[in-house]
Amino acid sequence: MAPPSLWLLLFFMAPLLIMVLYTFRQSTFGNLFPLTWDNYETFIQTPSFFRLLLDSSWLALLTASLSIVLAFPVAYFLVFYTGAKRVLLLTLLILPAWTSFLLRVLAWKVILGSNGLLNQGLISLGLIGEGVPLLLYSRAAVIITLVYVWIPFAALPLFAAMERIDPRLHEASQDLGASPSQTFWRVTLPLTLPGVASAFFFVFIPTLGEWVTPTLVGGVSGIMYGNLIQDQFARALNWPLGALLSMVLLVLVAAFSYVFNRFIPITEVPVST
Amino acid sequence: MKRQTGRWLGLAYYVALLIFLQLPILLLIVFSFNDSVLLVFPLKGFTLEWYEQLLGAKELISAAGNSLIIGLVSSGVATTLGTLAAIAIARYNFPGRSFFLNIATLPLVIPYVVLGVALLILFQSLGVELSIWTITIGHAIINIPYVMLIVAARLSGFANNLEEAAMDLGATYWGTLMRVTLPISAPALVAAFLSSFTLSFDEFSLAFFLAGTQNTLPVYIYSQLRFPNRLPLAITSAAVVILFSVAILLLSEWLRRVGVGRKLRAEG
Repeated sequence: MAPPSLWLLLFFMAPLLIMVLYTFRQSTFGNLFPLTWDNYETFIQTPSFFRLLLDSSWLALLTASLSIVLAFPVAYFLVFYTGAKRVLLLTLLILPAWTSFLLRVLAWKVILGSNGLLNQGLISLGLIGEGVPLLLYSRAAVIITLVYVWIPFAALPLFAAMERIDPRLHEASQDLGASPSQTFWRVTLPLTLPGVASAFFFVFIPTLGEWVTPTLVGGVSGIMYGNLIQDQFARALNWPLGALLSMVLLVLVAAFSYVFNRFIPITEVPVST
Repeated sequence: MKRQTGRWLGLAYYVALLIFLQLPILLLIVFSFNDSVLLVFPLKGFTLEWYEQLLGAKELISAAGNSLIIGLVSSGVATTLGTLAAIAIARYNFPGRSFFLNIATLPLVIPYVVLGVALLILFQSLGVELSIWTITIGHAIINIPYVMLIVAARLSGFANNLEEAAMDLGATYWGTLMRVTLPISAPALVAAFLSSFTLSFDEFSLAFFLAGTQNTLPVYIYSQLRFPNRLPLAITSAAVVILFSVAILLLSEWLRRVGVGRKLRAEG
């Protein structure tokens, strides 16, 4: 008990608290005191910060929903139609999740770029002219890439939730005269909801904090709130402001998790190995 | 809809999704054999040049070595601490148990950019120089909850009466832990370690903030993405890593099925 608590206290709770303290600093270097509200004023007076946070939340919502919608049928098919082969088929599906994240994103850059697969395909079909990067460096590119990255993670909790459904419930539903679609809507789907909730949660939150994918495929129009934070530390070297931006994200995520947990218990963690 | 039609539709969708998910990866592997620095079609011809260059790429190899060390040490720490936490949660009812559970699972729901920034500020405030060890600490933090959940799932599959029997027969607490509890959890421990390792080996967002002058493989690859002529080498290193990851994944999947799967099947 003691060692894990100590580790978490030292390297998890303490850094978060120090980060909060940092939001009151005047500058990155130098004395801690006097503390100031300057960064808070900057934050409030910069509407683009808040707007980007809203935009990123919307993008994360969209990404999570799309990933679930795309993963749901495949989880359903694997659990209810494939019998003993389901684990093998699932493993094949989640294999891509174990290759370098950065290079999977890069692959999409290659696909979506001006000489990319998609463009060349469209050019050869005569649909577009030469050299127009159709999708790269846009918010759409960020969403496509992230959905691609997250589908396997969304599929896992859905799969696990469906696998737990007692087949006798389906039989009972049929025996009582329900049509297959009635059985789906009134038995299968409600019982899968905890898995849907977990999938949503575990896609939404990391997406909200994303900065790598927007940097690589998003371009200027595709940046996200996470880029603001990264920028303060990597380039602008305004750590106190970065700490504040980061704290705002933390508060948002904490509030979201709290509310979410109240209504829907998170039962599945997408641990794939 | 007839069940047979459903099966065919499902299969068609599965195959389509599988292609969608695997195609970008295959693309990378194809380009690792392509005789051109540009990642564009049409392909220029087959070459092993990138694989030869890989052998001589000192920075890349040392970055991979760092990733290996960080992966092994952070997974070791996370597996040890996560297992202790799992035993505490699955076997004991102590004051503050649910609070502890909440805190221990929190790293799961915190965006890595927030944790990375917070740890960076901590290390800077303490005057700790960034190195592979600061990354190791970060990776251990994010892996503890995964280990805890994997091991706790395994432990809750067994009633405590095995441990109670050992104690009744005169085994000490440590004797019971070492000779009953840990062997029971062994497959989960290995799976948890491997899962931690793969996560750590590929983790970029935290490592970016916590890396000093020593790169990890993802941090190195990221630094190369700006230079188009170095992309083939980055891709080739990925192709090699893909092979290793697949091997590790298959091993750990098998171990987990031996562990948790048996329990699930027995219940189902």
